[in-house]
Amino acid sequence: MLRYTLHRLLQMIPTLIGVAVLVFFMLRVIPGDVVEVKLRGDGGTVSQEVIEQERKRLGLDKPLIYQFADYMYGLATLDLGISMWTERPVTEEISLRLEISLQVAIMATIFAVMLAIPLGTTAALMRGTWVDYVVRIVTIGGLSIPSFWFGMLIMMGLLYFWNWLPPITFTPIYVDPVANLTQLIWPAMAVGYRYCAVVARMIRSSLLEVLNEDYIRTARAKGVFEKVVISRHALRNALLPAITVIGMEFAFLIGGLVVTEQVFNLNGIGKLFVQSVARSDFTLIQGMVMMLAVFYVFVNLVVDLLYAVFDPRIRYG
Amino acid sequence: MKFALGLAGVLAFAIAGATAPADAQQPKRGGTLNFAISAETPHYDCHGSETYATLHFSAPFYSTLARFNLKKFPEIEGDLASSWTIAPDLMTYTFKLHPNVKFHDGTTLTSADVKATYDRMRNPPKGVVSPRKATFADIGTIETPDAQTVVFKMKAVNASMIEHFASPWNCIYSAKDLAADPNAPRTKINGTGPFVFGEHVKGSHVTGKRNENYFKQGLPYLDGFRGVFTLQAAAMLNAVQGGQLLGEFRGISPAERDRLVAAMGDKIRIQEDSWTLNLLVAFNTTKKPFDDVRVRRALLMSIDRWGGSAGLSKISLLRSVGGVIRPGSPLATPPEELAKLPGYSKNMAAARAEARKLLKEAGVPNLKFVLHNRNLAQPYTPAGIFLVDQWRRIGVTAEHKQYDTSPYLATLNSGNYEVAIDFSNLFMDDSTLALAKYLSHDRSPQNLSRAVDRELDKLYDAHVRETNVEKRKQMVRAFERRVFEQGYQQPILWWHRIVATHKTLMGWDMSPSHNLGAQLDTVWLNQ
Repeated sequence: MLRYTLHRLLQMIPTLIGVAVLVFFMLRVIPGDVVEVKLRGDGGTVSQEVIEQERKRLGLDKPLIYQFADYMYGLATLDLGISMWTERPVTEEISLRLEISLQVAIMATIFAVMLAIPLGTTAALMRGTWVDYVVRIVTIGGLSIPSFWFGMLIMMGLLYFWNWLPPITFTPIYVDPVANLTQLIWPAMAVGYRYCAVVARMIRSSLLEVLNEDYIRTARAKGVFEKVVISRHALRNALLPAITVIGMEFAFLIGGLVVTEQVFNLNGIGKLFVQSVARSDFTLIQGMVMMLAVFYVFVNLVVDLLYAVFDPRIRYG
Repeated sequence: MKFALGLAGVLAFAIAGATAPADAQQPKRGGTLNFAISAETPHYDCHGSETYATLHFSAPFYSTLARFNLKKFPEIEGDLASSWTIAPDLMTYTFKLHPNVKFHDGTTLTSADVKATYDRMRNPPKGVVSPRKATFADIGTIETPDAQTVVFKMKAVNASMIEHFASPWNCIYSAKDLAADPNAPRTKINGTGPFVFGEHVKGSHVTGKRNENYFKQGLPYLDGFRGVFTLQAAAMLNAVQGGQLLGEFRGISPAERDRLVAAMGDKIRIQEDSWTLNLLVAFNTTKKPFDDVRVRRALLMSIDRWGGSAGLSKISLLRSVGGVIRPGSPLATPPEELAKLPGYSKNMAAARAEARKLLKEAGVPNLKFVLHNRNLAQPYTPAGIFLVDQWRRIGVTAEHKQYDTSPYLATLNSGNYEVAIDFSNLFMDDSTLALAKYLSHDRSPQNLSRAVDRELDKLYDAHVRETNVEKRKQMVRAFERRVFEQGYQQPILWWHRIVATHKTLMGWDMSPSHNLGAQLDTVWLNQ
């Protein structure tokens, strides 16, 4: 297992280099200039001389190959550079937002998994009954309703029924847990509903398949209690595909909540991503793409390792 | 229908409420103002910025030499200056400063700080960005005979100079800070303003707390403020409706106003004014057939601005029909005179017949082109759709292409467009600012028609030196007539500013520019 893990970690290096090269050159192809947006975006009437001066100050006048060399050297030394928009370290910009995005992702995952496992299992075990139909309607609703729209409904509902809204600025959980949870529970629910629907449907279909397997029939024939058959034999196997989905959804939530973050005015990674693209802030975009790439490959690795934990037949040598 | 009438009633009540003498009440001290800032500044440096986002963030921490009195706009009042004198020949401006003004770091402000500030703007050191360098190019020397006196001696007369001294962008910095690092104000705040910098949580908010040593007795009233960055209008509206934020000072759309009024009734105050902002249509004169004045004029003549104003004002931020100067302001062309200029006719049938004739003469009766526009719902999208429809009526097909801000600006800068919707954002009604956009492209890169017209340049230079208001007005009219006859570019409509604040927020003054009134020193909470 250790050897396999090390092997996978080494495999990450060429993947991440590929991502770094791609993102650097693709960004240079897209039209847009951070200096123009910064100085003229709101109607500023600056001269070309001022624009050139600022471009020079940010190092954008250097030949592309020098800029690329600077960037790759920075990556090798774990220095993601300075945001061209805010002129602050990219790591500082990202870490500030990552705390919020990570917490929402974790809360949404807990919410989704805690609901999805009983819902999916119940629907599978009571297949064809009204309970199954209700679960299916609820989960189809989760898949059909965009998270941001559900978020807007939540906000409108809070305003309409209680004339109350959650805090608009973030308080870390270690400073004031109540204020923190009061703010983040709502976006976590909004995205968690869709997340839960995906996982519940996966568990339901996977469990239905597993329940028809020979080893389940054998366990039942041997007189094993039904609860034990379900929890120890069926559900454990049925969870394998769900783990992949949970992992992928979790990684997606870190940077993919663009609109939901805007609905709840959350200062998250998704919003920062959109802002930096709109501003052509190359260094920040590069930094975030690299951060997300690292996140995705790590989540993939964790999912693969979890497979071995849940299914004793899987051994990595 | 009932809803519409009800809404209109509530709206009328709310607007009427805005005109009530709120400030007649005795201001109360205390409280923290939570308000929305719908964009986040890239840095803190007023001198190096052109966006209101910097002012709504930084202005409460700084003072300027003079400022606009928003109760009597465009009258000017002193800020750091307790008084000033202007030589009759307009060649010397002498400012006396308030005594014992302290920077937030405890040092005393002197005339040397004012000199260092203006030197930075007019002659920026290497690596310092100053978009207002040209504005102060007419200043010859700055003298500081004593710690409380600053004397600006001009190289040439600039009839708008005193207004430029009141510009909100001219935050006074500490000479000591600038000497240590000329770019320090980009990342560090040390002003003499009513509030002391608290924290800036990037992407979230900025806070300030009362400056106990503020040089204006009894001000500010607030204990502090929190400006929350709300980039999404819906989130901002929810927060205002829910009472987490007491307002947003840039401006909202009519639909957003109606929503707040319908939901909050008499708890919300709506203030409206014309805005020192307009959208223009610009023809790239370096591309065929837009190098032909007949084509440009035909396209401008076919736009029904008067009808468009009535319709667009219901759904967008666009409202007033105007020339190069904001309608209603002292130098603006009155509507009856405007209607005689090319592109402003009220007889649209005749204007469109003439437009068709001109296109036929130019050999492009079925002209097709791409209209380059910005991908912002307010008010760019409705303006673009409006133009496409107006041109369709004379047989012209315009393909409406909208781009995000970054590629939109990049294309404008490269000149790779045929026809574009552009913007003009001013902080006052001064003609030197407003007309600069129409100067020859080699003098004014922001002229998107890319035309070179020395006649216009000559008229502009003469008007800058003209001190007689009437003569100056005539020069502005002549300039405007020339621009419109040549049809290089022309305002579509001027924006209309709507600001919604809770009724508990007092002492904030509405003005035609969202760049003004951001110091918050006279704001108080009636709680």
